[in-house]
Amino acid sequence: MSGHSTYQPKTGFERWLDARLPIVRLGYDSFVDYPTPRNLNYWYTFGGILSLCLASQLITGIILVMHYNVGDAFNSVEHIMRDVNYGWLIRYMHANGASMFFIAVYIHMFRGLYYGSYKAPREVLWILGCVIYLLMMATAFMGYVLPWGQMSFHGAVVITNLFGALPIVGPAITTWLWGGFAVDTPTLNRFFSLHYLLPFMIAGVVILHIWALHVVGQNNPTGVEPKSKADTLPFTPYATVKDGFAMSVFLILFAIFVFYLPNALGHSDNYIPANPLVTPAHIVPEWYFLPFYAILRAVPDKLMGVLAMFGAIACLFALPWLDTSKVRSMRYRPTAKIYFLFFVVACCILGLCGAKLPDDQVIPHLTTFKLIDADLNSFVWLSRTAALYYFAFFLVILPILGLKETPLPVPDSIASPALSPEQKG
Amino acid sequence: MLRKLTILAAVAGLMTAGVDGPALASGKKLEPKEVEWSFNGPFGKFDQAQLQRGYKVYREVCSACHSMKLVSFRNLGDKGGPFYDPKYKNSNDNPWVKAIAKDYEVADIDSETGDVIKRPATAADRFVSPYPNEAAARAGNGGALPPDMSLLAKAREEGPDYIHAILTGYPEPPAGLKVGPNQHYNPYMAGDLTSVWSGSHEHVPPGGFIAMAAPLKAGLVTFDDGTKSTLDQQAQDVSAFLMWAAEPKLEERKKMGFVVILYLMMFAGLLYAAYRQVWKNESH
Repeated sequence: MSGHSTYQPKTGFERWLDARLPIVRLGYDSFVDYPTPRNLNYWYTFGGILSLCLASQLITGIILVMHYNVGDAFNSVEHIMRDVNYGWLIRYMHANGASMFFIAVYIHMFRGLYYGSYKAPREVLWILGCVIYLLMMATAFMGYVLPWGQMSFHGAVVITNLFGALPIVGPAITTWLWGGFAVDTPTLNRFFSLHYLLPFMIAGVVILHIWALHVVGQNNPTGVEPKSKADTLPFTPYATVKDGFAMSVFLILFAIFVFYLPNALGHSDNYIPANPLVTPAHIVPEWYFLPFYAILRAVPDKLMGVLAMFGAIACLFALPWLDTSKVRSMRYRPTAKIYFLFFVVACCILGLCGAKLPDDQVIPHLTTFKLIDADLNSFVWLSRTAALYYFAFFLVILPILGLKETPLPVPDSIASPALSPEQKG
Repeated sequence: MLRKLTILAAVAGLMTAGVDGPALASGKKLEPKEVEWSFNGPFGKFDQAQLQRGYKVYREVCSACHSMKLVSFRNLGDKGGPFYDPKYKNSNDNPWVKAIAKDYEVADIDSETGDVIKRPATAADRFVSPYPNEAAARAGNGGALPPDMSLLAKAREEGPDYIHAILTGYPEPPAGLKVGPNQHYNPYMAGDLTSVWSGSHEHVPPGGFIAMAAPLKAGLVTFDDGTKSTLDQQAQDVSAFLMWAAEPKLEERKKMGFVVILYLMMFAGLLYAAYRQVWKNESH
């Protein structure tokens, strides 16, 4: 896809620069002339939306750091909210921006999953995306600790303690993470340092992600590689204007949260200063971690729970080799489509379970029977069922289904179904 | 197009569905009644008269035990605040604010001698705490610590509704409930009363114990604007004041949000038109 460059330097300066540092050529080839499949739908606009999210988080974050003070963390955040000009706006944008980032990244990942964007030759592209997601989770977790409220503190205690479950090295690792023998100011200080570092690492991996994308070219809803010029359109103006429209719609959603529901996605306990002596009644992570939190709690053994949680992410890395289907897009895999739909539902159910107490009843006032350690009508059993499906989807369904199913006929080229709408899935 | 946006909205909705706080433990508490606050909704504003009454309740009743360390006197005269006067853009010059501050004494260091002295507060000073430290606050309240009120309306679920419910929610404890010393029954308070309930386990009373005795009663605070000083009125006014203290930029935020969203909608409309124009002759 990254064929020969069509850039023509127009002015004398451009010619001079092009012979020395062809940076304008790079930009032109990557964001103007770059051929994109003509059939990309709105699910494909989230890549652009995500770069917008990253830019917004970086800019607001850098401004917040100008006013944040690790030594007086809670009060300095309130200083930002009350005394810094538009500090409330910057902070609410940063806090809600993290949630927006995750909404976009989850849609982006589900899209990749549905259209088979991880299949050859895009394995490295997909894995780089998984690396970005891992870095995002680490960054978001450490960012949530910085306001040093009750949820910040006790969330940090719960998550860092997870590493203590590892045999032999566990306790040493937690001491090393804490910078002491408990979560305290040294922990906050290093989390602050890493929270500033990781976003730039994300930006670095994003460059690799886009590089890999421009080498193999974009996947598209048919999953058929572009064969001729009729299949593609130049990135500018076709993709830019479509991405721009999607971004502005996404920004409306973002603005609704920032201006009208700024604390809806947070937890009220985080407006109470951190106090190691008082543990909140229910420690819950931010919403975007809830599915993994549910998997963690679904397993009765702590170490196995931690392994299951990390295994859930490891499945994503192995996905390109777990799916055996020769057909890329699920648009032509009617059976896989149904399993995929159930997978999305399972992820949402896990998210719901993560927010509830494990022993609470799913259907109120209905006591069934005790199975092993809890009533069957409890969130712990619901999360076990959903977690089982989560793993089965990657480890059983995708490998076997790819060999057994009969896919629908795949179009010869992108242009052919694009020209006849009745063939669209 | 529209169908896809609906799907998008549905996905976003689904993903945020599990976000609201976790369910309660075994002990149930009553849900606070929803009050129709002037600051509710996208165009909500603080009611300045209500904030002034609320400040009076705070000052005459709450501030005897509760600190409010994050709020300065000058904030009272900030835009949206209880004593804002457009004549004084700089709230430090606001005569109401200056007069209120002067009534308090704060500790300072004499810059000539280095001695610890007391001086009248200025608009730039923080609200004065009733106790010098946490131990003193606990000692004065039977071991319980009255929480700082600066962020109370954001640090509790349901915020001002919850505060209003707690303040008005002191019924006679039901017969069969063992109420200990320094404990007061409040059905809106989180807790589990099973162990101190002698009646049937099916009918454990909702709520829990609170260390604070009912702080407000009808007629306790005289409102200067002639508003009838009922318990409910006092509770509503002080809850509104606490919401202002926790989120002083609420009015500014909502006002700006309207303009931003209006702008974004027009911008999106323009981009959609451009998109239609660009793609007019291309099948996809």
